[in-house]
Formats: sequence, C-alpha cells, structure tokens
Amino acid sequence: MARRVGLEVSLACAEAVKLANADVVAAYPITPQTHIVEHLAELVADGHLDAEFIPVESEHSAMSACIGSSAAGARTFTSSASQGLALMHEMLYIASSMRLPIVMAVANRSLSGPISIWNDHSDVMGERDTGWIQYFCENGQEVLDLTLTAFKIAEDPRVLLPVMVNMDGFILTHVIEPILMPEQAEVDAWLPPYVPQLCLDPAKPISMGMVGVPEVYTEAKRAQVQAINDSYPIILEHWASFAKQFGRSYQPVESYRTEDAEAVFVSMGSLSETIMSAVDEMRAAGQKVGVVRIRLWRPFPVAEFTKAVAKAETLVVIDRNLTFGAPAGPVATEVRALLFSQGIQKYVANFEAGLGGRDVTRDQFKEMLAKAQKAKAAGQDMTCEMVGVKE
Amino acid sequence: MISAAEAIKNYEKITPKNIPLAEPFSRGHRACQGCGEVLALRLVAKAVGQNLIAVSATGCMEIISSPYPQTAWNVPWIHVAFENAAAVASGVEAGRKALIRKGRIADAGAKIVAFAGDGGTADIGMQALSGALERGHDFTYVCLDNEAYMNTGIQRSSSTPFGASTTTSPSGSKSKGQMTWKKNMPMIAAAHNVPYVATASPAWHLDLMNKIRKAIATPGPAYVHIYSPCPTGWRCGPETSIETARLVVQTRIFPLYEVIDGKFVLTRDIKNPKPVEEYLKMQRRFRHLKPEDIEVIQKRVDADWERLLGFVKATNPEAAEKAE
Ligand SMILES: Cc1ncc(C[n+]2csc(CCOP(=O)(O)OP(=O)(O)O)c2C)c(N)n1
Ligand code: SF4
Ligand SMILES: [Mg+2]
Repeated sequence: MARRVGLEVSLACAEAVKLANADVVAAYPITPQTHIVEHLAELVADGHLDAEFIPVESEHSAMSACIGSSAAGARTFTSSASQGLALMHEMLYIASSMRLPIVMAVANRSLSGPISIWNDHSDVMGERDTGWIQYFCENGQEVLDLTLTAFKIAEDPRVLLPVMVNMDGFILTHVIEPILMPEQAEVDAWLPPYVPQLCLDPAKPISMGMVGVPEVYTEAKRAQVQAINDSYPIILEHWASFAKQFGRSYQPVESYRTEDAEAVFVSMGSLSETIMSAVDEMRAAGQKVGVVRIRLWRPFPVAEFTKAVAKAETLVVIDRNLTFGAPAGPVATEVRALLFSQGIQKYVANFEAGLGGRDVTRDQFKEMLAKAQKAKAAGQDMTCEMVGVKE
Repeated sequence: MISAAEAIKNYEKITPKNIPLAEPFSRGHRACQGCGEVLALRLVAKAVGQNLIAVSATGCMEIISSPYPQTAWNVPWIHVAFENAAAVASGVEAGRKALIRKGRIADAGAKIVAFAGDGGTADIGMQALSGALERGHDFTYVCLDNEAYMNTGIQRSSSTPFGASTTTSPSGSKSKGQMTWKKNMPMIAAAHNVPYVATASPAWHLDLMNKIRKAIATPGPAYVHIYSPCPTGWRCGPETSIETARLVVQTRIFPLYEVIDGKFVLTRDIKNPKPVEEYLKMQRRFRHLKPEDIEVIQKRVDADWERLLGFVKATNPEAAEKAE
C-alpha cells in the first residue's frame, strides 16, 4: 500500500530515484536543484540506496560520467539546471545519439545574464533539439511518478533514449506537497533492473562513438529521429501500465474545461495550476475559456494537441522563456507551425511570462486573454508580448 | 587500499621472451606512416591485453581508429568527446563497480584506460582529469603527447615546447614559434598524490609496457605520460620517430621517471647527456632557431633535470644515493 507523506518535491524526486534503484548518480550542485542531489547523497551515505555517487567537478563531467556509466550498463541518474544544463549542452547530444537511457531531472531556472537563480524555462529551451525525451511536471506527485516512468521509458529496448524530467525551480522543487509514496516492492515488480542491449563488456567488445563519415552520418541521424518519433506510443504504453499499477494516469496533453471553450490557454509546467484557477474565475464571469497543458514536449504530441485545441478559435500560448529576434517564442512558434501545416486557422496570441522567477497572477491571465481578444478583433498580431514589465 | 608499491611488487613483468602476441589495438588503422603516437597506443593496449576497456578522447588516435563501420579496437571502446575522457572513464568505472557489487556482472578484472592527446589532457581536458584523479577512481590515464593539436592541423598546445613552430605559434620575423615553456603535466598529475605516475617513451618499449603493467596493477588512479613523436606535425622523416623518441630522453629533455606513492624514481639516469641541439635539428619545427635560442633551451633543460633530481633526493633518498 502506498503511504501518504508530506514531502518537499525535490526530495520526492530523489526518493523516486531511490525507488528505481539507480546504480549510479553523477551530479554537480546548482540552485534550485541542490536538494535533489543532496538527498541522493544522503540516501547513498545511509545505505538506503545502493549506488555509486560520483561528486563530479562540473556538469560537463556529470553528463560525461553518466554517459560512461550508462554505456557500462548501469541505471544512471543526474540532475541539473540553468548554467549547469547549459554547460552540459555538448554532452546532451552525444548521450541521445549514443542511445543511452540516462534520466535527468531539471529544476528549471533562468539563464544568465543577469545571473538569476529563479524559475523560467530558458534553460530547457536551449536543449530542445538535443534528442532527449522531455516532459514537464505540474506538481509533486507528478515529479515522483514521472521520474519513475522516465527510467521505464528510457530503458525500453524499443526506445533507448535519455529522458529529461522538467520541474519548475523553487515554485515546484521547494514546496512541500502531499505525496503518495509507492511501496518499494511494488516498484521493483514494475521496474526490474536495467538490462542493456549492448554495453562495454570485455566478453563482447563493441566500439561506441565512432567517426560518422558523410556516407553514414545522415543515416545515423535519421535512425535517431525515427527512434524518438517511434518512442511516442511506447511512452503512452508505459504511462498506461503505470496507471494500471499505481492508479495515477498521465496523458501527453492535459485539458481543463476546454469542452465548449472559445479561447484556450496553452502552457507548460506549474503555471498551469494558476491558469486553472484563473479559468475558474473567468468561467464564473461567463467567459468560455479553458487550459491545455503540454506535458510531453519531446516527442511533441501532434495529434493529441491538435485534438485538444480543435474547438477553440483563440489560443493564448504562454512561453515561460524569451526568444530574441524571432517572430514568436519557441512554444508559440511550434503551435503556429503545427496548425498551419495542418491547414487549421486559429488566432494564436503569444505571451512571454514568468521570467526569472516573476510571479504571474490570475488577473494577469485575464488581462492576457483580454489583450488577445482585442488584438484579434483589430486584426493585429499579438506575439512575444512580455507580461508584467515595469515601465 | 594497498599502496602502489605493494600492488606492483609482483606485477607481471614483460620481457623480450614473453611479449604478448595479442593485439587489442589492431593493424589497418589510418595513422600516418611512422606515427609514434599510434605505436605508443598499440604498446599500451598490448601491455593491458584483452581485459582492456578503452576510453578515447577526440584526437588523432580516435579518428584514425574508428571510421564507421571499421574499427581498430578488438576490445570494448568508447569515444565521447575531446575534453572528457577522464570523466567518461570515471563513469565507466563507477557503473561497473555498482553492477559488480550488486552481482549483475562478473568481476573479470577489466582494466579501464583513458587515452587522450596532450591537448585533451593538458588543455581542454585538464579539469575533468584533475577531478577524476582527485576522486580516486580505479583507472589509468594515458596522455599521448605529440606536443600539439595534430588532429586539427598542428596547432600549439600548452604541451608544445618552447621554440616549436606550429600553425598557431608560427615562427616569423617577430616570433621564435612557441614562446612559452611546455606545461609539466606529469608533475601536475603527481601533485594530486595519486599512487602511480610515470613517463615513458616508445623508444624503450619494454619500459613503456611495464609502466603500463604497473599502472593497471595499482588500485586507484594512475597517470602515464608518453612522449609520442608525430613526423607529420614535427616535420621530420617517418623513419625518425624512434630515433627522436630516444634522443629526447638522452638529451634529458624528456626524463623517464616514476612517482610511486609520492616517491620519485629515475628510471633512466642520463649520465652523459647529448646536447639538445642534436634533438632539435632533426625536426623542421625547430629549424628557425638560432644558436642563442638553443642555448636558452639547453639551460632550461639542465635546470629542469636538476629540479627533478631534487625531487628524487627529497622523496627517495636511498635511490638518489645509489644513483650518485
Ligand atoms: C570542444 C572541442 N573543441 C575543439 C575540438 C576540435 N579538436 C578535435 S581534436 C583537437 C586536437 C587534439 O589534440 P590532442 O589532444 O593533442 O590530440 P592529437 O590529435 O594531437 O593526438 C581539437 C582542437 C573538439 N573536437 N571539441
Ligand atoms: S598527425 Fe601525427 S599523431 Fe596524428 S596520425 Fe599522423 S603522425 Fe600520428
Ligand atoms: Mg597532440
């Protein structure tokens, strides 16, 4: 039977890694990820988790050590954020192209400069195209559950890709939430030890990380693209089996009060909870509005997303990160491209909100919708509109 | 953990009679003719044998050995990037350690060896190396020092010797080529207080292989710095590699020594050194040097040798006495 505990979300993430019986944790501290790795170090020190904890000298080495450890056949975890994630950048592509099922929790934080330890999604947006499966958590339970499913998905021989579990720094990582903690035995039964297809084994020598001459590079990359596209139904399959085993079900896209909604907010991460309460208030005031939350960011859930927003005429896409000199933020750009490519006509407004830890209030969401509707009526584009700027 | 001295007491010594026949690193790779670096690499692989798990940094040796779908490696091999061979090796070591402890893989005595060039070691890979040495992983790190970034076209590194002309330290009317002195990487490794550090040259192939045997017999991190002639980058004949590798030791430019548990041991005392000029004149990278420049180099080499003897004296007085 699962236990209900009150736990800081960072610790819930670390407890999930413990429940998963990770073999190796290699990590370097950075706010707001520190509690995750400190708790893991403690679990190892106290003998609750039988793993090698490598206190590396940088994030670049953290991911490099994870690549080595995963290539040796060990279940491998790391965690980072912001500057640390940026320092890993080079290694992230290599981890995915070597098809190594590393799991990483990212406590999303803004990027310097100016240096800021507070939350937004600029760190992960820079890693969007690194070939990792990426999803965003909304609450503590989701962090625990989706960290567990990350191992299951990553290590599936049909997938073999690294998974990045995103959670908003501070806003999510540092809050105490009620969490249902599954039994170790139950997790063990659902998530057996990792069995690598190939690894560094003197009994069966293989060469990993060879030179990709022009004659093979394109094919190697195509195989990798195919792998992440093909992972989509398998992700759903494992989320379904998780639901069956543990009773909590997860979808790539989550909709709230969208049935008859004329306007729909599109967001990722913990902002969605604020938007939901704003939606409740707007609904009470007679506005037909809802929220669509993108949980699975890579591979992008094209069909589910399109279906989720099908009825709305107006989309209000929130980018919790900036873009410089582009027509829209990364999330809005993708949404617009996706709809356009399918011949779907909608008004897509784009706001950049909650940067560097700035709170976004319910009233601000109401204002965003009002602005979007006004611009739409006037036939104007509404894009990259920064929310809450003090003039 | 036992000391290095203890661990290497009964190491399996290689002699002319029992040179291993197996080639974990096989022929047919794409190195240049006369490449001293690939020779050093092959000797290391021979000394370790089939139980080698190799981790390579980006560089000449990685490129020439692994053009997919061909590989020169008959043992498990991984290449990840340029600056992180030591970090990758720490992960391989930790991963295997955990799996062995949990009974998921057998402990068949595999030896993890990381290979990198001088650039991958003394420059861009220094931080990762320092971290791995300090953390005490059980692995051997081999720096194959050809004194420049050869893979990208002979650019200078911090291991390029004073006076050498490279594509980014060219000699010219206002330049003598490299204007800085070679970074002393083995001493930096030794400063980490790792149990075993050694320098080696392929001109003494048995010594080189035996140092590798000792390095892999030592629990914890070991560092071996191998002088690796590169005829292409040094602009000398491909037939001169071994001669160069011998002269560099005989001139005292590259002394052969070990540091065992902090004790310095001179493996080859050079009583009557040859003048550095003999070494320098064989390579066109030094062609522009004037007699006064060579004099400066000679003085530096003499001083460095005395300094090394000082370390031997200070840490290993008995050996120093014997040498005198
Ligand atoms: C981060 C990064 N910077 C630069 C390079 C380009 N690069 C590849 S190998 C190399 C030089 C290798 O020099 P060294 O380590 O001395 O090995 P060698 O080729 O001389 O054996 C450089 C600069 C790279 N691959 N990665
Ligand atoms: S450039 Fe030098 S080190 Fe590289 S393969 Fe050729 S000879 Fe060997
Ligand atoms: Mg080099």
